[in-house]
Amino acid sequence: MSPDAVVAVHELSKSFGDFVAVDAVSFDVQRGEVVGYLGPNGSGKTTTMRMLLGLLRPTSGSATVLGLDVVRDAERIRPQVGYMSQRFALYEDLTVAENLRFYGGVYGLDNARLAERMEAMLELIELQDQRNERAGELAGGWRQRLALAIALIHEPELMFLDEPTSGVDPEARRAFWDVIYTLAEQGRTIVVSTHYMDEAEHCGRLAILDQGRLLAMDTPTALKRDVVHGDAWEIVPPPDASPGPVLDSLVRLPGVLRVETLGDSLHAIVEPGAYQAESLADALAGYPGVRVEPAEISLDDVFSILVSGGHRR
Amino acid sequence: MIRRLTSIMRKEAIHIVRDRRTLALSFVMPIVMLLLLGYAANTDVRNISLVVVDQDRSPASRALLDAFRAADYFRVDFMVDSEARIEELIGQGAAKAGLIVPPGYGEQLVAGRSAQVGFVLDGSDPIVAQNALASAKLIGQAKATEIAIERLAARGQGSQFVSPIDVSTQVWYNPDLVSAYYMVPALIGIILLFQSLILTSTAIVRERERGTIEQLIVTPIRAGELVVGKIAPYVIIAFVNIIEVLIVGALLFRVPMNGSVLLLLALAALFMITTLGIGLLISTIARTQQEAMITAIFYLLPNIFLAGFFFPIAAMPPILQLISYFFPLRYFLIIVRGIVLKGVGIEALWPEVIGLTIFGLVVVTAASRRFRKSLD
Repeated sequence: MSPDAVVAVHELSKSFGDFVAVDAVSFDVQRGEVVGYLGPNGSGKTTTMRMLLGLLRPTSGSATVLGLDVVRDAERIRPQVGYMSQRFALYEDLTVAENLRFYGGVYGLDNARLAERMEAMLELIELQDQRNERAGELAGGWRQRLALAIALIHEPELMFLDEPTSGVDPEARRAFWDVIYTLAEQGRTIVVSTHYMDEAEHCGRLAILDQGRLLAMDTPTALKRDVVHGDAWEIVPPPDASPGPVLDSLVRLPGVLRVETLGDSLHAIVEPGAYQAESLADALAGYPGVRVEPAEISLDDVFSILVSGGHRR
Repeated sequence: MIRRLTSIMRKEAIHIVRDRRTLALSFVMPIVMLLLLGYAANTDVRNISLVVVDQDRSPASRALLDAFRAADYFRVDFMVDSEARIEELIGQGAAKAGLIVPPGYGEQLVAGRSAQVGFVLDGSDPIVAQNALASAKLIGQAKATEIAIERLAARGQGSQFVSPIDVSTQVWYNPDLVSAYYMVPALIGIILLFQSLILTSTAIVRERERGTIEQLIVTPIRAGELVVGKIAPYVIIAFVNIIEVLIVGALLFRVPMNGSVLLLLALAALFMITTLGIGLLISTIARTQQEAMITAIFYLLPNIFLAGFFFPIAAMPPILQLISYFFPLRYFLIIVRGIVLKGVGIEALWPEVIGLTIFGLVVVTAASRRFRKSLD
């Protein structure tokens, strides 16, 4: 554990009966980082966060948050961290301002500080004009921002956001990430879980989870470089042809590691140097008019290769 | 700490105020229950429907009927000719009791012999039957005494009649034996129990269902602050309820208030600590609001029957008397009836106060133990 780690997790596990939700996970988070926690539903993202917040007791292993043990010192950790749970924890019959005031009061803010923080939060999430509306009447994107403001009311230096953008439209998701950047610029450490690959790209470092295990953790660039050993190509079938048969042919070609459909086109990873654009197009000569263009390795590639246990040969 | 506590209290108060139905329930339910139970839970039996067969039709038999009519207990609804008809009417439920004056009743009396009359009774409702039976016997005895005096008078010894035993009765606290005086104060106990159980049993589980419990747990709030903050607004409502019941009880049912209202409020607060504690305990155990409600109702029902609200504890079998000690309502009913009717002070209520205190300590400790700040 490095001295600057705000979160240090060592061999942390959690079982519910026979089900292992988190399996010996170890990682550190440094001060000021935006760390993404990427994995499908049931991969252990929420359970890990809940253990770090002292909501669940680890079955084995240990973790510290801000240098404090998550089991023994949970009550000392709580005032210093912010948490936004997957279900936006709003009281729907309370107004926007009442929700903020309630949580501010529960964190023990005095009146002057509370008033100041409420204004700052309303400005941050741009809800000044709706402050007297009931939380239950807000649209999804606004509810999500209010939930974030609630998690931020006491100015925590470390934030855990559990799938903050689930069930929110793409525009609201983008706006939400703008807020996350603002918070990161203020020097806050943010751990955010998601199952959206495009969001994962925004993170400084990414932890990739599947079935309770931490498969890899690094910057998105390093993950693409180190996990995926191969070249990426985009294959655009002729306008009148469907991608299905082309995909079938592609996967049978020697040296093709992985193929994925992306809208009307196909995304393929091949062994390094196995093909050039021309040679790959030639190999697909049965489909006249097929186009082959160089592509970027995506986090989807990283994820699927990690989950399948490395490259299939 | 005060800030966290007031935040919870304010939030709960907003929930209550915004939820019109809960609000209405909180203030209207006690009055509705008071009206329903005040009138329905009435064991004063009057105007029992009586069917009469007068086969004698003599001045003496008419005098007997007049005696029955004069008391409020009976109302002569039917005059019929045969005993079979009595059976029919009682079987249909049209009449509750039947009086049979056999032929020759008057003659026997005139002859100075003992005359017999028959009295039949529908015993399917024991409360009505007991009252009717006692009243019929009393009326019969009074009439018999009257006739005895008349006979002595006829022999010129009337003024010398002295009843060998004169039981001088004095009924204390409720001289007219009005059952409302007994029931209405007890209703305070029932209403407090209902309100506090139903409202608090859902208090924590509601946060669990909405998902807000997770957010609450990660704040620095302490379990005790959450528990106290959540029940405080309900305690205020409950005090308003007590005052409501006392005022409406006095205006509508003329229930006197013989003791100290302050003492009653203080001991009601003690009682509520136990009932709110039970409600919260249910709330920490139940997983859904529905489950909490059902559990609360299951707890409420035996309270009504075993704590001495309807049925006197002294009349229960020993095992049930023992069980009744596990219902805090038992202690509070003694307290509230004692203060309101007898006007007693705390010196007469020590055993109940101690019982409630022990009970309260146990359930509140259990509730806060159960509510750990964790999701496991």
